[in-house]
Amino acid sequence: MQSENAPATARSRLFSVISSKGLQAHDRHPSSSSGAGGPPPAARTDARKERVVYVDNPGRTNENFEFSGNKVRTSKYTLISFLPRNLFEQFHRVAYIYFLLIVILNQIPQLAVFGRLASLFPLLFVLVVTAIKDGYEDWGRHRSDREENNRLSWVFQNGRFEPKRWKKIEAGEVVKIFQDESIPCDIVLLGTSDANGVAYVQTINLDGETNLKTRYARQESASKHPGLAPITGKVVCEPPNRNIYDFVAYLEIDDTQAPLGPNNIILRGCVLKNTAWIVGVVVYAGKETKAMLNSSGAQSKRSRLEQHMNKETLWLSFFLLIICIAGGVGMGKWVHDHDSDLNNFPYYKKRDTADKKFMYYGPLGEGVFAFLSFIIMFQIMIPISLYISMELVRLGQSYFMVRDVEMFHAPSNSRLQCRALNINEDLGQVKYIFSDKTGTLTENKMEFHSASIGGVDYSNVLAAKISGTSDSSDGMQVEGSHLKPGVRLDPNLLELLQTEVTSSEATFVHRYMLVLAACNTVVPTRHSGPLQYQAESPDEQALVFAASAYGYTLLDRTTSTIVLDVLGEQKSYKIVGIHEFDSVRKRMSIVVECPDNTYKLLVKGADTASGSGSLADGHLQAGVLFATQRHLDFYSTQGLRTLVVAFKDLEQPEFEEWHEKYKIASTALVDRVKLLREAASLIERNLALLGATAIEDRLQDGVPETISSLRNSGIKVWVLTGDKQETAISIGFSCALLTPDMEKVIVNANTKELCVEKLKAAIREHGIAETKDKQLALIIDGNSLVHALSPDVEELLFDLAVACRIVICCRVAPLQKAGIVSLMKRRTKDMTLAIGDGANDVSMIQTADVGIGLSGQEGRQAVMASDFALGQFRFLKRLLLVHGHWNYQRLAYMVLYNFYRNAVFVMMLFWYILHTAFSAQTALFDWNLMFYSLIYTSVPTIVVGILDKDLSHKTLLGLPPLYGVGQRNESYNSVLFWATMLDTLWQSLVLFYVPFFTFQGTTIDIWGMGCLWAAAVVVLVNLHLAMDVLHWTWITHAAIWGSIVVSFACFFVLDALTDKGFIAHYRVMFHMASTAVFWLNILLVIVVALLPRFCAKVLMQKFWPSDLHIARELELKNRAAISEFVKSSAPSPRMVELDDVPYSDKESKEDE
Amino acid sequence: MSNDAASSSAGASAKPSRKPKYSKFTQQELPACKPLLTPGWVIAILMLVGAIFIPIGAIALLASNSVVEIVEQYETSCLPANITTKEARIRYIQDDTTEKSCPMTLTVPKKMNNPVYVYYQLDHYYQNHRRYVKSRSDKQLLDGASTSNSDLDSCKPLKQFNNTPIIPCGLIAWSLFNDTYLFSRQNSAPIPVNKRGISWKSDRDHKFGSTVFPSNFPNNLNRNESSSAFIGGAALNVSQPLSEAEDLIVWMRSAALPTFRKLWGKIETDLQAGEIISVNITNVYNTYEFGGKKKLVLSTASWLGGKNNFLGIAYLTVGVLCIFLAIVFFLIHYKTPRPLGDTSYLSWNRKGNVNGLS
Repeated sequence: MQSENAPATARSRLFSVISSKGLQAHDRHPSSSSGAGGPPPAARTDARKERVVYVDNPGRTNENFEFSGNKVRTSKYTLISFLPRNLFEQFHRVAYIYFLLIVILNQIPQLAVFGRLASLFPLLFVLVVTAIKDGYEDWGRHRSDREENNRLSWVFQNGRFEPKRWKKIEAGEVVKIFQDESIPCDIVLLGTSDANGVAYVQTINLDGETNLKTRYARQESASKHPGLAPITGKVVCEPPNRNIYDFVAYLEIDDTQAPLGPNNIILRGCVLKNTAWIVGVVVYAGKETKAMLNSSGAQSKRSRLEQHMNKETLWLSFFLLIICIAGGVGMGKWVHDHDSDLNNFPYYKKRDTADKKFMYYGPLGEGVFAFLSFIIMFQIMIPISLYISMELVRLGQSYFMVRDVEMFHAPSNSRLQCRALNINEDLGQVKYIFSDKTGTLTENKMEFHSASIGGVDYSNVLAAKISGTSDSSDGMQVEGSHLKPGVRLDPNLLELLQTEVTSSEATFVHRYMLVLAACNTVVPTRHSGPLQYQAESPDEQALVFAASAYGYTLLDRTTSTIVLDVLGEQKSYKIVGIHEFDSVRKRMSIVVECPDNTYKLLVKGADTASGSGSLADGHLQAGVLFATQRHLDFYSTQGLRTLVVAFKDLEQPEFEEWHEKYKIASTALVDRVKLLREAASLIERNLALLGATAIEDRLQDGVPETISSLRNSGIKVWVLTGDKQETAISIGFSCALLTPDMEKVIVNANTKELCVEKLKAAIREHGIAETKDKQLALIIDGNSLVHALSPDVEELLFDLAVACRIVICCRVAPLQKAGIVSLMKRRTKDMTLAIGDGANDVSMIQTADVGIGLSGQEGRQAVMASDFALGQFRFLKRLLLVHGHWNYQRLAYMVLYNFYRNAVFVMMLFWYILHTAFSAQTALFDWNLMFYSLIYTSVPTIVVGILDKDLSHKTLLGLPPLYGVGQRNESYNSVLFWATMLDTLWQSLVLFYVPFFTFQGTTIDIWGMGCLWAAAVVVLVNLHLAMDVLHWTWITHAAIWGSIVVSFACFFVLDALTDKGFIAHYRVMFHMASTAVFWLNILLVIVVALLPRFCAKVLMQKFWPSDLHIARELELKNRAAISEFVKSSAPSPRMVELDDVPYSDKESKEDE
Repeated sequence: MSNDAASSSAGASAKPSRKPKYSKFTQQELPACKPLLTPGWVIAILMLVGAIFIPIGAIALLASNSVVEIVEQYETSCLPANITTKEARIRYIQDDTTEKSCPMTLTVPKKMNNPVYVYYQLDHYYQNHRRYVKSRSDKQLLDGASTSNSDLDSCKPLKQFNNTPIIPCGLIAWSLFNDTYLFSRQNSAPIPVNKRGISWKSDRDHKFGSTVFPSNFPNNLNRNESSSAFIGGAALNVSQPLSEAEDLIVWMRSAALPTFRKLWGKIETDLQAGEIISVNITNVYNTYEFGGKKKLVLSTASWLGGKNNFLGIAYLTVGVLCIFLAIVFFLIHYKTPRPLGDTSYLSWNRKGNVNGLS
C-alpha cells in the first residue's frame, strides 16, 4: 500500500500510517504495484530533485523564485494571449492545416480559383466559430478562478494569524485552517486541535470518496504553535507530482528528522472536518498542488466508426487526386494540341499587348497549374466540415444521453456523465462487455450475513433486530454513513455471548468477536450525535457493525490504543503492531496487548491465504477446520463474501523475536515492505482458526434483466471477479448470466501444462465455433489465467472464449483484468467495453475501447478513468441498446451522407471542367461554392444526426437482437460506401447533364447556368436527406425545408448585391428564376437523380429487408397495440407472439 | 427506495437533485411522423410522379414544336471556293482589303410570328474558359477611366495598350463578335432588325456605365497602324457610351457552354411561310483559328424558350418509366407478398443462422 513508502522512525508513529485504502475485502486487491514498494525514499529524493521548504520562512523558501505561488489559472487564455494561443491550438488539427494550405495556394495568381475573401471564408468561419466556443468556455473558467483566488485563509504573519487571499499564499508560509474550511494549497500538518495531532479531512473534491480520511501531525511538531514560539525547521520533499496517494518527505525540526508520508499532508481541495483547527506549512502551492496537477481533461479516443471513416476519407482523397490529375492531364494535352494557335484563340491569347507571354507556361506547366487549381476548386471532396459536424452531433447526442430521465439514479443523485465526447457511436457496436462484480453487479453495501464460529454455523435470523438496541451499556445508536443499521442477528449466538466464558464454544465466540471489533482500520468518530464509523472498506464496516450488534462495540481508536465496549465493560487494548492488508498475504493482522498484559495476534483474511498457509499444522482443530471449510463452501454457493478469522496467543519469546524484527522493519528506509512482510510471516503461523464471516452484497436492481437483455442482444458478457469459483458461479446464476441449459466449461489449473491441456480438451470437445443449440459458459480462475494469458497459450484461451456465450473469470487480480481485455482487443476487431466501479478496475476501463465507470461506493477513480459514468449497472442496457444504437445509426448515416453531399457537388463541378477546355472555371459564384457545405446543407445533416430515430426505445429494448446491426457494422461499411459513391456518380451526372442538354446551344450565360446548378444541387441534397429521414419531428421539418428556403434567400440576396465582388452576378438568379425552364429543370433533376436510390431502397426492403426495417414495420403495424399496451401495462399478446421478449415499460416506473 | 431517497436527501440537503427535467424534447419523444415505404406508398408515389411528368412532357414537347427555327451555317459557305486550308482561311479573314460580304437566302418553313429573334451561334468557342471569363473589369465597365489600376489587373493580357488602359479592357470586350447581317425580302425591301433591347435591362442600368466611352480600344485602330495581332473583334463606337453598346453587353455575358447563341437583334414583323429572305452577311469574325462554326439563326420563342425537345422527351420518358415501375412493383407485391412486419425475416429467426440468438 502506498503508505509503506513513508519512513517511520518511531514505533507509535507507524500505527498512524494507516493506508488510504485500508483492508480490502478479499476479492478486491489494492491497485497498482505500490505494495511492492517503489524506490526507497532515500533514493527518490536525491539532492537535485528535492524541494526544501523552510517552515514559517517564505522569504528563504522562495528566494530562488522556483516555487509557484498559490494563484491558480485553469483558464487557458488571457485577453492578450487569446488570439495567438487559440489560433495555435486550432491549427494543431490537420484539417485546418489543409484549409490553410488551400487558402495559401489560392493566393498564387496563377491558381487563384476563388476571390480572396471568398477563399478565406471557410477557414475564417470555422476558426471564428471554434474561437467563440473556446472563448466562452474560458470565460467561465476565468470567473471561477477569480472566485478561488480571492478566497481567504488565515496565514501566520507579523506574529499572528491574519487573513490573506489565497492567491497571495506562498510556499513556506504557515496557515491555519478551521473546521469546514477548504484547504488552499498542499500543506504538511504541523499541529491540530487534537492532542494526538489527528485531523479528519473530506476528500470528495479530490477523489470523490465520501469517507473522512485521517491525517496526522508529527509528534515532533504537534506540540509547537507559531503563536507561542517561532517554529524553525524545514520540510524536504519530492518535487510536485500528480500522485495524490503518495508523498515522500521528511521534516527537520529541532535537529531531528521525522519522515513524512501521505498521511501527513493535506491536499488542496480537501475540506477539514471534525477537527477544530489545524496548522500546517505550505509545501506546494497553486499550479504545483496535486489537485491542479490532476485536473486534466477527458482523454481523447477515436471511435471505431471514425477509424473506418478515415479509410474512406483516404479513398476520397484518392478520387480527388484522380479527378485533379485527369483535369491536369486534360489541360496539358489541350494546350499541347493547340500550342501553336493559342495566341490567336480569341478566348485564350497567350501574349499580351506588349507581346510578352501572359501566364503561359507550356503544356507541362499549364497542366501542373491546372492540377493545383483543381485541388483548390475541388477541396471539399474531402469533407473537412464533416469533422466539425460530427463534433456538434456528438455534443447533441451527449446532451440527450445526459438528460435521459431513465438513466438518472435518484439515491446517488447521479446522471449519466459523458466524459469522452468522441466515442458516442462506439456504444452501438459493443460485442464484449467485461464487468467487474463487486459494486458493479452488486451494490457494494455490505451486510453481515452469517457467522461460522468454531465449526458452528450461526445463520438464523432474528427478525427486525436492530443494532444499537443490543446490550451496549450506554445504549448508543450506531449509524454508519453507508450502512443501514440492519444487522442480522442470530439468537443462539446472542445467548451464547451472554453466558459465562467457560465453555470452549463461548471462548471461540468471544475471541471471534474481539477479532471482528479490533482487527480493522475503522475509525469511530463521535460528533454531537451518535457514534459514526469511518471505514475505507465497506466489508470492515459491516464486520464492526456486526461485532457491535453482538456487544463488542468499537468505541475509540487512536494510534496506540483500541477502546472496546465489551458487553458493557470498557476495555483498552494497546496496539503493538499492525500488518496491513496486502495482496500477497491477503490478510491483515494486528498485535495487541490485552488488559491482562498478554499479547494476542488477531488475524482476518481471505480463506485461501489463512487456510492454506498458516493453518498447515492446525491438526488439533481438524474438526473445526473441516466444518469451517464446509461452511465457507456453503456461503460461497450462496454468493456471499467470506473471510476467515483466526487468532493466536503470543508467547513471550515469539513476541520478542517478532517485536525486534518489526521495529527494525518499520523504521527501515530501504525495503520496508519486504522486511515487514518477513516480520509478519514470523508470527502469522500456527494460527488458531476461529471461524469465518459471511457478508452479503446484494445484487443491484435490475441486474438479471439487464444481463439477459445484453446476452440476447448478442453481446458477450464476461464477469471478472475476485470471488471464489463457487461464489462466482452462484452469482452468475443469480444475475442470469448463467442459465441451467448452459454447458459449463471449468478451467482451473495450477500449472501451465495442466492449463493448456484443459483448454485443449475443452476446444476438442466443443469446437471453436459458437453454435445455436449448445450454449457454453467458460469459468476460469486467476491461477489458470496466469498461464493462459502467456503469449503461447493465449490463442487457446481466445479460441475457447470466443466459442462461449459467457465467460466468468474468478480470483483475478486487477492487472489480469486489463490483460484479458487487451487480449480480446488485440485478437478481435470487435468492440470491447469494460465496466467497473473501483480503483482495481481502472486499468481495465482504460484498456477497453469503451470504459464505463459506476459512481458507486468505492470512490471515483473508476469514474475519472472512464469514458461514460453511470449510476447503476442496469442503465447499461439503455445506454447501449437505445442510445448506443441511435448514436451509431445517426452518425453512420451522417458520415455516408456527408461523403455523398460533398462528392456530388465536386463531381458536378468536375463534369463542367470537361466543357471549359479543362480550365478551372466553375459556373457557380464563389460565394455559393463556399456557402454550399457551410450554410446551404450543413444544418439538416446535423439536426438529423442528432434527432433522427430509426426505432423507438421501446422496440429497441423489446428486441435486443436489433443491437446486432451495430456489431455487424451494418450501417457503415465498405459496401455501403461504394454504393453511396455509385449513387453519387449517377446523381452528379444527372445534376450536370440535365441542364447541359436543356441549355446547349442557347443564350444561357455562365452565371445563369451556375444559379441553376446551385439551386438544383441544394434542393437535391436536401431532398436526398429528406428521403432517408425516418423520424420527422417539427425540428427536422424546420431544418430541411428551412435550409432550402434559406439557400434560396441567400441566392437572391447575393443576386441583388451590386458591390464590386458581386456585380458580375447581379440579377442573374432573378432572370433565371423567372423562367419556367429553370424550375422544370430542378424538378427533373431531382426525380431522375433520386429514382435509382428510391428503387434500390424499395427492392432492398422487399427482398432483403434489414432487421431494422422489419422492426419499423412492426412498429407501424403495432402502433395501436403498443400504445394500448403502454396504457394498460399488460403484456401485449401480439408482441409476445412475435418475439418472446415483451415490451417492457417497467424501467420507466422504477425511478419515479 | 423511500429510505434511500430520504437518507440521501438528508445527507446532501445542500445539493439539489440533479434529476433531468422531463420534457418531450429532452427525452426525444417529440411527436413525429415516421414515414415507411410500404408497397402502397411506393406505388402511389410512382404513379403520382408519372401522372405529373407525362402531361408536363407533352406540353413541353408541344411548346418546343411550336417554335419555328431557321439555322444557316455560313463559316465555310461564305468563303471563296478556292480557300480550303486553315492557313488560307486565316489569311483571308485577316485581310482587311478583301470584300467579305456574303449573300444568302433563307426560306421560312412556317409562319414566324413576331418577334423573330436573330441569333448568331458559335461553337468550340470557350467563352467559359477561365482565362477568358476573368479577363474583364466590371468596375471599369461601370466607372470608366477613374478605375484604379489594380482593378484592371484582371483584364490581363489586354489591360493596357501603349501604356494606357484600354476601355473596355480585357479579352472579352476585345474579342467582340463583329459579323453583321442585312435582311431583305425578295422584293428587296429591307427587313429592319431592332438592335435595341437585346441585352438585359439590369446590365444596361447597373453594369455598364452611361458615361463610359471606349478609348484606346485596339480594335478601333487601323489595321495598318499597328500589328494586326492586336485586332480581335469588333470596333466600338467611341461616341456611344458602353451602356448603349448592346452588342457588347450581350457578348460580355459569357456563355456557359462552348456551343452558344447570342441574340443579335429582333425582327419585329411576321415572316410568312414559304417566304424567301435574303441575308447579306459580312463574314469578318475569325473563328477559323479554332475551327469553330458560325451559324445564323432566326427563331421564334415559346414560353419554354427556343426549340429544344430535350425537356419534353425527358419528362415523358421519366413519367412513363415511373408508371412502368409502379406496375412492376405492384406485380412483385402481388405475386410475392411479404406481410408487414413478418418476423420470420428477422435475421435471428431465419434458418441456417449459426450466430443465432435465443
